[in-house]
Amino acid sequence: MAITKEQVLHVAKLARLNLTDEETERLRGDMENIIGFADKLNELDTEGVVPTAHAIPMQNAFREDVVIPSYDREAILQNAPDRDEEAFVVPKVVE
Amino acid sequence: MDYETVIGLEIHAELSTNTKIYCGCKNEFGGEPNTHVCPVCSGMPGTLPVLNKKVVDYAIKAGLAMNCDITPYGKQDRKNYFYPDLPKAYQISQFDLPVCQHGHIDIEVEGQKRTIGITRIHIEEDAGKLVHDDYGSGSMVDYNRCGVPLIEIVTEPDLRSSEEARVFLDTLKSILEYTEVSDCKMQEGSLRCDVNVSVRPVGQKEFGTRCEMKNVNSFRAAVRAMDYERKRQIEVLEDGGEVVQETRRWDDTRGMSVVLRSKEDAQDYRYFPEPDLVPIVISDEWIEEIRATIPEMPAQRKARYVSEYGLPEYDAFIITASKHMADFFDACVAAGATPKTVANWLMGDILKVMNDKELEEIPFAAADLAKLIALIEGGTISNSAAKKVLDEMFANPHDPEEIVKEKGLVQISDEGAIKALVDEVIAANPQSVADYKAGKGKAMGFLVGQCMKASQGKANPQLINKLLKEALEAL
Ligand SMILES: [Zn+2]
Repeated sequence: MAITKEQVLHVAKLARLNLTDEETERLRGDMENIIGFADKLNELDTEGVVPTAHAIPMQNAFREDVVIPSYDREAILQNAPDRDEEAFVVPKVVE
Repeated sequence: MDYETVIGLEIHAELSTNTKIYCGCKNEFGGEPNTHVCPVCSGMPGTLPVLNKKVVDYAIKAGLAMNCDITPYGKQDRKNYFYPDLPKAYQISQFDLPVCQHGHIDIEVEGQKRTIGITRIHIEEDAGKLVHDDYGSGSMVDYNRCGVPLIEIVTEPDLRSSEEARVFLDTLKSILEYTEVSDCKMQEGSLRCDVNVSVRPVGQKEFGTRCEMKNVNSFRAAVRAMDYERKRQIEVLEDGGEVVQETRRWDDTRGMSVVLRSKEDAQDYRYFPEPDLVPIVISDEWIEEIRATIPEMPAQRKARYVSEYGLPEYDAFIITASKHMADFFDACVAAGATPKTVANWLMGDILKVMNDKELEEIPFAAADLAKLIALIEGGTISNSAAKKVLDEMFANPHDPEEIVKEKGLVQISDEGAIKALVDEVIAANPQSVADYKAGKGKAMGFLVGQCMKASQGKANPQLINKLLKEALEAL
């Protein structure tokens, strides 16, 4: 399946990636290969096969509803690019 | 032309679990910013979520209470979008296999029964909270709410007026309260709703183009937003225009909505199965185990109040709509108060004060209301004094007997003392006495009022009546 430059740029925009022309062209080729591989799988007859939700044959991995202490706020905030005493600080956003 | 409104709702309810959905941090409103946070809920790289079983229990419970099918094999999915209140840049939610599907809730609007379809109920995590700094250049992010478990309840577009939607929301809220899956505290944001509205000419089969309204923070705001949107869309159509599909933001202070984004800018969430979480398989045994925990629901309780206690339908409906109110009622009755009298107090003075003060809960104990009623019925205080006691119970909740003593509200039922008052009033009002003798019934009321006044409202009105009549007849 052919992937266009526009499709690559659309996906890049959704992922907030800025690509150079060279990167765009390289990723276009990669995506074509990946989608092509998925197309290959489409050749199989999957009639009546339930879609796989997870690769590991495991289900119902739960925890009990029991409180465990949270982290010290200082530890949580210490890697923040910008912060004040009690919160992360981000560029002003209003939706 | 006449138009019909078509409304669908998406309701988010925070679940009352002890912990968050994927980590052991406390699920608790308030708290200093970023103190209920760990590497999992702040989205640190390399961490793994583990699903809280209680969240699935609660979703099943809500689903059963709303007549849903429980999905035997479900999964969780990632919904991708960028916003600073979402540290992972994706929200774990459910896409095609939600915990519950195909349910319905019966409501009663103006005496008519309506069945409103529930499309689905799914589990997901809440986002954090952004605090906008008025003077600084940035926004502060508090992740305490991040990872708090939610259920999102999506209805079919079955509602036909804002009044129906209001009744539906009230009914839904009481179901969530009764099953105790959410505390439904609107002021704390435990219950939020998005509203989808379209209009179409009466008789037309196809739906009109719908608009979604965000930021509706109360049921009252929801009703206003729906009425506004109906009017706006009709105006567009009447002007020969077309309604454009878009997401709008409701501004309750200004009483209007503004465009948030158009259909073209609609976000592409690129849902995909969450690889960090395994499928949720719900057995029949699990479902039955949860079904056994569902308590008497509002509709059953209402029927019981009517048949067992003889309450009017309306009173029974209002009292049972709130679990808090119904529990309070039951506790008063258990403490020995007459059901009818308790209902009268709840429906009258108590609801009025709660509405005026915008209280969600009665601040005093049920036993205290039972005591207050006993004080009236035993003749210790008059009805008017009881209202003063009730005011004090709201202002500063404590034992009504103490309040009666503190405020000196004990009713005077001493015949000698009242006889003295009656004689005084008769002596001071010869004209009214003459009027009474001349057969003017009104004069009696005036004289009773004067006796009551002379006693500062404390005299037993039945005794005044009796003694005054005797004294006047003897003249
Ligand atoms: Zn956490």
